[in-house]
Amino acid sequence: MKLITAIVKPFKLDEVKAALQEAGIEGMTASEVQGFGRQRGHTEVYRGAEYTVDFVPKVKVEIVANDADVARLVEVIVRSAHTDKIGDGKIWVTDVESFTRIRTGEQGADAL
Amino acid sequence: MTEIDTGNTAWVLASAALVLFMTPGLAFFYSGMVRSKHVLGMLMQNFFSMGLVSVLWVLVGFSLAFGDGGGWIGNFDFAGLKDLATIENLPGYTGDFALSIPVLAFVAYQMMFAIITPALITGATADRLKFAGYTAFLALWLLLVYSPVAHWVFSPNGWLFKRGALDFAGGTVVHINAGIAALAVILVVGKRRGWPREAMPPHSLPLTLLGTGILWFGWFGFNAGSALGANALAAQALINTHMAAAAAMLGWLVVERIKGGHATTLGAASGAVAGLVAITPCAGFVGGIAALAIGAVAGIVCFLAIQLKFKLGYDDSLDVIAVHLVGGIVGSLLLGLFADTAVNGLGADGVFFGGGSTLLVDQLVAVGATILFSGVVSFVLAKLVDLTIGLRVTPEQEAEGLDLSQHAEVAYQFGGVPR
Repeated sequence: MKLITAIVKPFKLDEVKAALQEAGIEGMTASEVQGFGRQRGHTEVYRGAEYTVDFVPKVKVEIVANDADVARLVEVIVRSAHTDKIGDGKIWVTDVESFTRIRTGEQGADAL
Repeated sequence: MTEIDTGNTAWVLASAALVLFMTPGLAFFYSGMVRSKHVLGMLMQNFFSMGLVSVLWVLVGFSLAFGDGGGWIGNFDFAGLKDLATIENLPGYTGDFALSIPVLAFVAYQMMFAIITPALITGATADRLKFAGYTAFLALWLLLVYSPVAHWVFSPNGWLFKRGALDFAGGTVVHINAGIAALAVILVVGKRRGWPREAMPPHSLPLTLLGTGILWFGWFGFNAGSALGANALAAQALINTHMAAAAAMLGWLVVERIKGGHATTLGAASGAVAGLVAITPCAGFVGGIAALAIGAVAGIVCFLAIQLKFKLGYDDSLDVIAVHLVGGIVGSLLLGLFADTAVNGLGADGVFFGGGSTLLVDQLVAVGATILFSGVVSFVLAKLVDLTIGLRVTPEQEAEGLDLSQHAEVAYQFGGVPR
């Protein structure tokens, strides 16, 4: 099993979620995060004093999926989160050692 | 003896309530500009003045300001409100200056000025005052700085009043007095840790704009109430107050937009307050067009004065010096140009109205005397408190925030893991 982690633009979250549901996922986790990549932050001005804010608000989406589905789901995220402007985000995939449903104790694919 | 006038009394009583409301307004104006870990500390410093100053005022503060003690300070004749419910008029309040309202209405009205004036200082020292030290400074400052200066300027027996200096509602007594005291205190307590290297942006400008609205509203009581009557002079003072705030907002925003590219909400709020400050000494002595000019000049000058702290290296956190000290000086000196006896026969004519430079010189003396006295005494008092009780929090407490370290409370609890 794999963990797909995607950093996307906050206003794209709804589209990403709808597209992933369409693609058959059973669940996902989303959290508000801040960070920067090539896109830098912005400048704020208070009474003439400028402050540079490096971190940009983003949403982090996490999905655990079977190995066979990963490529397709990544493709779905790329399509739904894409705006073709700087700051669209990143997706990375990591191995999941174990996966358990707390209510039943089921393991692996059964727990998805 | 002057008859009590019911209309005048009603207006002054209502004005007392309006001026009281300015202190929570100021609390929100300031607390929106601090970071979220210092919000309650700022609100508390302001609200606490409503408690401590009120008590001290009726016990001795009023008596020191308006008692019969000569030109420099009052006395203890009215300590504990003694005789004030029955006395016909206050010392010096005779002839043209006789009160047509109950003396107790005047006591209450002046109390609200005494509450907000030391509270103004807290904007400069934001995020670093130890609460216990602040309370001691507040008490000492009220009795040893505010009461004497109020006596000099407001009491008809005061030396600046007798000299001919004009201050309708507190340009010197309130704004210059608090502004220079702010500078004195920050020279004692020092800069916030990390300033100016670290960004310290406002945590909630909506609070600041709400506070500005409350201040603007309350300021009608501050300035128009200072006519001490429900009359034409009060109407003139009210429209002057409003027009100066409006013109100053525009002045600040125009310069801000030209220099920085944006007109900001904080700029709109700051400009309005700068105009309100500058018109305070002038409100009942100038005409409406003069009020527009005074406001516009204040908006521009106060915006430019913000840069002083970066050039000179003092950390006036929320720009009390640029807005209140500079704004107060602008208003007090422009009064020497724009004062018009056609508006108020008890005033004087300024340079532009055929009065020559006499009034301007008196205004300069009043400004200089207030800066010198308040600056020196405030510095000594702050130093005294700092050496005994301590006036500044520890570096750990400052990093943790005043809310938790001084008051064991947190302003905002949203999101996060339930506690």
